[in-house]
Amino acid sequence: MDLERRGRIRALATALAFLSKRAAEAILVMLAIAVIAFAVRQALGDPLREIMGEAVPEAPRAALRHELGLDAPWATQLARYLVHAVKGDLGQSYIYKRPTLEVVLAKFPASFELVLAASLIVLLVSVPAGIYCAVRPRSRGARLILGLSVLGISVPVFLTGIILITIFSVWLGWLPAFGRGETVRLGIWETGLLTLDGLKHLLLPGLTLSSIMLPLFIRLVRGAMLDQLGSDYVRTARAKGASRVRVWLHHALRNALLPLIAIGGLQIGNMLAFTLLTETVFQWPGMGFLFLEAVTRADVPLITTYLVAVGLLFVITNTLVDILSLWLDPRISLDGRR
Amino acid sequence: MSAGRSRGALASVRTLALDRPGAALAAMLLGAVALAALFAPFIAPQNPFDLASFDVLDAELPPAWLEGGSRHFLLGADSQGRDLFSAILYGTRISLTVGVLAVAIQAAIGIPLGLIAGYVGGRVDRLIARAADVQLSLSTLMLAIIALALVRAGLGGETLGRFAVPLLVVVIGLAEWPYFARTARAATQVEAAKDHVRAGRALGASDATIVRRHILPNILSPLIVVATTQVAGAIMAEAALSFLGLGLPMTEPSLGTLIRSGYDLIFAGIWWVTVLPGLTLVGVLVAVNVLGDALRDALDPRLTAR
Repeated sequence: MDLERRGRIRALATALAFLSKRAAEAILVMLAIAVIAFAVRQALGDPLREIMGEAVPEAPRAALRHELGLDAPWATQLARYLVHAVKGDLGQSYIYKRPTLEVVLAKFPASFELVLAASLIVLLVSVPAGIYCAVRPRSRGARLILGLSVLGISVPVFLTGIILITIFSVWLGWLPAFGRGETVRLGIWETGLLTLDGLKHLLLPGLTLSSIMLPLFIRLVRGAMLDQLGSDYVRTARAKGASRVRVWLHHALRNALLPLIAIGGLQIGNMLAFTLLTETVFQWPGMGFLFLEAVTRADVPLITTYLVAVGLLFVITNTLVDILSLWLDPRISLDGRR
Repeated sequence: MSAGRSRGALASVRTLALDRPGAALAAMLLGAVALAALFAPFIAPQNPFDLASFDVLDAELPPAWLEGGSRHFLLGADSQGRDLFSAILYGTRISLTVGVLAVAIQAAIGIPLGLIAGYVGGRVDRLIARAADVQLSLSTLMLAIIALALVRAGLGGETLGRFAVPLLVVVIGLAEWPYFARTARAATQVEAAKDHVRAGRALGASDATIVRRHILPNILSPLIVVATTQVAGAIMAEAALSFLGLGLPMTEPSLGTLIRSGYDLIFAGIWWVTVLPGLTLVGVLVAVNVLGDALRDALDPRLTAR
């Protein structure tokens, strides 16, 4: 009894140690990203242009440069950049004449809702399809699904978007081809999920973004299920008389979730890239679309702020995936050897 | 010995063709596309990079089989009057070149690292594995987008366009070495434990000789499978980057650039400028992926045992 309690306390302590190690890693990564962002700003940006515009003679420029401390050694400037960054000040956008963080964050809901819609579609389709392909590997349906998944993996996401637009917007005229449509403001969050028009606008981009992830996840679910179905405990469960469906869903799927989440977690970066591509095709006013606009117009503060924001998103989601797999797996060893 | 091996290879190619007509078809299609791309200057009716040879009157001509099409423009023309058939041939050439060269870089980095990790083991192995993990968790496409976007923001679109091919090759090539490293490492570990390697060591062969003569030749087949899938990935990455305007410029279009240039026209009902290069791209990618899947299945001992 006492032994069990002590064991539990020790498990809790290792879990805490694991989490604090992860948090420290996350902070280090963010620091590295901020330093890169600073270096990019130093190399490409001219802070004076942010303030004065371009048509100002050299003498007042030099005066202001000195006043702002821009002639200080780079280490001082880096420290100042980091202090400002922690306070949420990442500079002013050339295009929008507003704080860049504000500009980027205002676009976050659009990107988030697009990713949410796509993830829902992926989840609702890939799990049943993957299980089916694993339990009936030789059936015609499974072959069809796997064949289609090779096709799906071979069609670049921007092309899927263009094809969907051609069919459903240009030829049939059923669905809108660009923008978010009518949105509703909930505090700081601008949502397109509450109006019919917003949902209509979301449908094609959501489908497009899910199409690139679906084949991968169907294969992942299938692979993980195949591994589990071949294992001893599944055979034992069948032998003791558990029904087929119960074994699939209750035993195998539950254990297949873990590798799924681990490998799915590796896709976060790709998801960001695919979201950017989808946003470009549908002129979806999200963060990726904003980034490309910033690149074409050489808005360096906005570019670097996007880098920091995307880095933060990446670190947060990765940490969440780690915590999720920790929470799901009772056997995980928490001392760093997984 | 070597004659026996090549006869074995021929036999396995024949079995592959008979067992998997899809894969054989894919291989033939790829061969045809590669040849067409290689001999593009001799096949193409027009030089799609020579802007002076275009005629605005030909702009947006539909493909030959549609009403208003001309037999001189088999697949129609784009908004500048560029012959699409020629543009697609040259575009495929660029896409394949970037894909193959980028994968060559990946292999050149990944395979030696994998061999070292698998053969030496211990701390070196852990270090390389960790680096591979970190590299894999960062998305290649995202890194490439950011890298090229910074080049474009810093040096301007024109400079980016001029150095697009080497830049794309290096950016796509540097990021994906871990796939080769992991495969090479796992295969090396299996191979290094085998008798012929131990015998070689007992006979006093140096580590370099063992790796080069006894391990590398025996781990080539899984590496070929990786290379196939990686080529598909690299071609797709190139197309995506060019579509975003971060790759090849309109004066020297790749398939991705052509798709981008035709994108605005689909709303005017001019679909061929986008769809035909798109279909070419998908055709190449499907063929490479089908071939990769077939190779993987053919070389997977777990599947042949069943």
